[in-house]
Amino acid sequence: MLYRENGQFKSSYGEDQQMLPILQDRRVMFGLLAFAFFGVPFLASDYLFLSILIPFLILTLAAIGLNLLVGYCGQISIGHAAFMSVGAYAAYNLALRVPQLNFLVVLVLAGLVAALVGMLFGIPSLRIKGLYLAVATLAAQFFMDWVFARVKWFTNYSHSGSVSTAPVELFGWRLDSPPEKYLFLLGVLVVFTVIAKNLVRGHLGREWMAMRDMDVAAEVIGIRPVYAKLTAFAVSSFYCGVAGALYGFIYLGSWEPLAFNLTLSLNLLFMIIIGGMGSLLGSYFGAAFIVILPIVLDQVPQMFGIAMSTATTSHLAFMIFGALIVFFLIVEPHGLARLWAIGKEKLRLWPFPH
Amino acid sequence: MKSSSRLGLRTTIVAVSAALAALSAVQVQAQAKEQFFPVLSYRVGAYAPNGTPFANGYVDYLKLLNARDGGINGVKITFEECETEYNTAKGVECYQRLKGKGPTGAAVFHTLSTGITFAVTDVTFADKIPIITAGYGRADSVDGTVFGYNFPLGGTYWGAADMLIQHVGKLEGGLDKLKGKKIALVYHDSPYGKEPIALLEERAKMHGYQLQLLPVTHPGVEQKATWLQIRQNRPDYVFLWGWGVMNSTSIKEAVATGYPRDKMYGVWWSGAEPDVTPAGDGAKGYRSLVFLAPAGQGAVHKDIVKYVYDKGQGTGKKEEIGEVLYNRGMTAALLSTEGVRRAHVKYGKKPLKGEEVRWGLENLAIDAGAIKKLGFDGFMVPVATTCADHEGGSSAMIHVWDGKKWNVQPGTYTPDMAIIKPMIKASAEKYAAEKKIAKRDCAKEQ
Amino acid sequence: MTKHWPVISLISVLLVGLVLPLATGASPPGFYVEVLLGGLMTGVLYSLVALGFALIFKASGVFNFAQGAMVLFAALAVARMAEQMPLWLAMILALAIMVVLAWLIERLVLRPLVNQEAITLFMATLGVTYFLDGFGQTVWGSDIYSIELGIAKEPVMILEGLFQGGILVNKDDFVAALVAAALVAGLAVFFQKTATGRALRAVADDHQAAQSIGIPLNRIWVIVWSVAGLVALVAGVIWGAKLGVQFSVSLVALKALPVVILGGFTSVPGAIVGGLIIGVGEKMAEVFLGPVLVRAFDLAGGGIENWFAYVLALLFLLVRPEGLFGERHIDRV
Repeated sequence: MLYRENGQFKSSYGEDQQMLPILQDRRVMFGLLAFAFFGVPFLASDYLFLSILIPFLILTLAAIGLNLLVGYCGQISIGHAAFMSVGAYAAYNLALRVPQLNFLVVLVLAGLVAALVGMLFGIPSLRIKGLYLAVATLAAQFFMDWVFARVKWFTNYSHSGSVSTAPVELFGWRLDSPPEKYLFLLGVLVVFTVIAKNLVRGHLGREWMAMRDMDVAAEVIGIRPVYAKLTAFAVSSFYCGVAGALYGFIYLGSWEPLAFNLTLSLNLLFMIIIGGMGSLLGSYFGAAFIVILPIVLDQVPQMFGIAMSTATTSHLAFMIFGALIVFFLIVEPHGLARLWAIGKEKLRLWPFPH
Repeated sequence: MKSSSRLGLRTTIVAVSAALAALSAVQVQAQAKEQFFPVLSYRVGAYAPNGTPFANGYVDYLKLLNARDGGINGVKITFEECETEYNTAKGVECYQRLKGKGPTGAAVFHTLSTGITFAVTDVTFADKIPIITAGYGRADSVDGTVFGYNFPLGGTYWGAADMLIQHVGKLEGGLDKLKGKKIALVYHDSPYGKEPIALLEERAKMHGYQLQLLPVTHPGVEQKATWLQIRQNRPDYVFLWGWGVMNSTSIKEAVATGYPRDKMYGVWWSGAEPDVTPAGDGAKGYRSLVFLAPAGQGAVHKDIVKYVYDKGQGTGKKEEIGEVLYNRGMTAALLSTEGVRRAHVKYGKKPLKGEEVRWGLENLAIDAGAIKKLGFDGFMVPVATTCADHEGGSSAMIHVWDGKKWNVQPGTYTPDMAIIKPMIKASAEKYAAEKKIAKRDCAKEQ
Repeated sequence: MTKHWPVISLISVLLVGLVLPLATGASPPGFYVEVLLGGLMTGVLYSLVALGFALIFKASGVFNFAQGAMVLFAALAVARMAEQMPLWLAMILALAIMVVLAWLIERLVLRPLVNQEAITLFMATLGVTYFLDGFGQTVWGSDIYSIELGIAKEPVMILEGLFQGGILVNKDDFVAALVAAALVAGLAVFFQKTATGRALRAVADDHQAAQSIGIPLNRIWVIVWSVAGLVALVAGVIWGAKLGVQFSVSLVALKALPVVILGGFTSVPGAIVGGLIIGVGEKMAEVFLGPVLVRAFDLAGGGIENWFAYVLALLFLLVRPEGLFGERHIDRV
């Protein structure tokens, strides 16, 4: 009743090709964005910003990057936090050695550096497939871990291996307080999501999806696998590089090479699998799930008034996390985005059952 | 269209709302006349064997003060543990979650990880909550004019490395006899392990010994290649800068490659019971630095047994009382509570804000008499801090494991400030420039 | 002959690198042999874990990321139970626990996920890893425990006549190698001579054909996971006796991943050969190549063995994308 498309006719190609063709979708999306930009900064507490919203926004960006590679192009990568670290250290070195650069320029350049490194580590994908490729991408993870811990130039010869950054300044606006950081990140994320959506709907995205579905057939009809796979790696690493730079500069402020370790890579993979591979909305859902779940799990015993040692709480959190992963994979292997799509389908018929 | 999902829509909505409700649950506010002490600890993961006894000691001392004295000057102590897993991001999240608890917010944090210290240092400026990093953390945070809220009470890694070199020099018959000797540093590949390198390299230039750096990646169970390299080089001394499982693995590998344990010196975090017991008899002769509290039991331990364990309130196992890390945790809690007690003198006997506790920590004057009164005789050295000096004096001794217990060797070492002070100054100023922080003027603030 | 030039050139380059330290005299021959032996022994340890991977993948097509957690769980069970009872009894009980665990995993995790994509199954085993990590530590604790096999830990010097000063070897390394050899021999006999073993090989070849001749698939999978559990137990006991048993041991099992991709996911001899290659390559690179790199690039210390194993496996994959002994995979449209 509410969600029907009756009466919504398109009279131009532009209208037909818009990202949100249904009016209700547009209204909800703009409403959400308005609330996110103008409502949340005044309503949320500092803790909510610093521990939930800011990591959520940054990790969504990284999850979108990984989703472009794994979900849309079908190349499995379990070492993607390496590209986040490349972006973070590239941004650190640029901000340190060329201080006149605007932070947005630093972000884009860091992303480009990460894209180059990503293409380099993507070369094996031209020969290796499937789970073999997944394990081979771990080489990127461990190699980058090692490079940033050993090559002293990257950490500006800091004797502890840790680097720290000053708060970000953008056109004279200093990002000090949590709401300011949140607004900046939200803006960056919205822009990058729109870019990703358009990439995926266009020529490049279709090449990726052809490679994912049946790469031999794709090659037969003239899609160059080198071009498709390497661009997938490049764009995905660009996104992860920008996300890594934001993670280091805005979320952590001060980090060491271990901040981008294998656990983060696996968490990114969890995000897109639980959220839904091959779906940008799924990246959002997955990132929210992975960011919020550990915090909720840590607090649950307290809320029920059960006194437990922190060790037991942590172990329980691990167990529930693992069990939930398995549960989700059994119940809905296509992720939360699929549940959302089913929900929308039901909504179209509501209140009728069929 | 038939849904192919097994999870019904209704179930999903219920689950999601439950999660959101759980998230927005309001924490019950504490009542007045209570001081909140957050306890960042790790009881799971590769570092749990060492983190657990420390946390037990810390919490037991807080419980003792409540049970025996009714708190600090009548202000009851409340505390809450938060699991950091020795992970920086989790540590920062724990900090953010606990900093506002209690009527006046958290009194003081112990991060128990150099990595978390680095990350949290930036935030404490804005939040005005002091962090005590007794025997770890940033070596340059001794400079209180830049690091206004960091307190590396009792010692830093530059001091520790310096004292080890002094001891080794003494063994050789003079620091000049170190020329041509080989020293290997087996260190944990993290900010903790890398801190001493600057000082060791500085001293290598001064005395002419060869320094071999051998990093060990987390968690530190794979050390065969490290010790093969040591066997190849045959250094005269091996300094161990490990934590958690890495320590016992190093000793085991030393046994397996035949390196004499009495030439191995651990820093004060690599010389405790969980590090030596897994290697069994092979660990005999292993030695390490010990600062603040050595192993053993004294007056305060008797009180803890009487007021805490006999009432069934003990946090850990009774056999652990008196172990090295347990005592160190107790001493850390002592430093926290004495800081609050000192601050009561200026601000009144009521729950205090972090900024007020900082004043107390900057004006600590725990002398031998106070130590005896607190029951820590033999387990504490005097600590006296000022606004500019947040370390408060540093000293250490060497203790040797004989297979059953630690024996402290006579002879106390203090770091050579002539070398360390300029390093601290240079590093602190670099930090101030990087972060655009204005230095404090200590004369004005008193 | 010229068709195989990539493999041949790669192997020649690696062999040259292997003998370089000896040829140039950069290291005394005795020490070189010690590093070689050390690498072989480490390789044996990796192979033990990789065996479990290969077995499960061969029979059910699942890449069991939880193998490391299973090794740890078995080791913890043995270590803790041995505190209360004799070691042999503890091992038998631990084996029983592993079989039950295998049955539970097959029933609760794998059966509902039949026919899903490989990545989904992989992520499911990742979830099982997290669960086992938490569960194992809840039940058995987070301290460092030890397994005493009664073998002396002090090193022994051998061949003192041939090499100056002799070569340092550890008894427990030899025992580990012997046990691994015995295990592999036992598994080979099991697969070749017994009916169950033949059924396992049939299932590994073709699930549907095996089902059509009456082999119960679910029961076979439980048997496979139990055998993998046995392998995990042996690996856990050997690792635990050498390194001590603590949660972090499961992270070392990550090193078994390059072993399986080098040897081929579906190959048991591949797991052994791959393990030895990775073990030797890693230690040689760390001890001989590492210092060279440190001096050349002014690095802050070595530690290249963390990524060298993966890069080595990657190089092999580039010339043989299915691993040394893996099945050639033919894509059809």
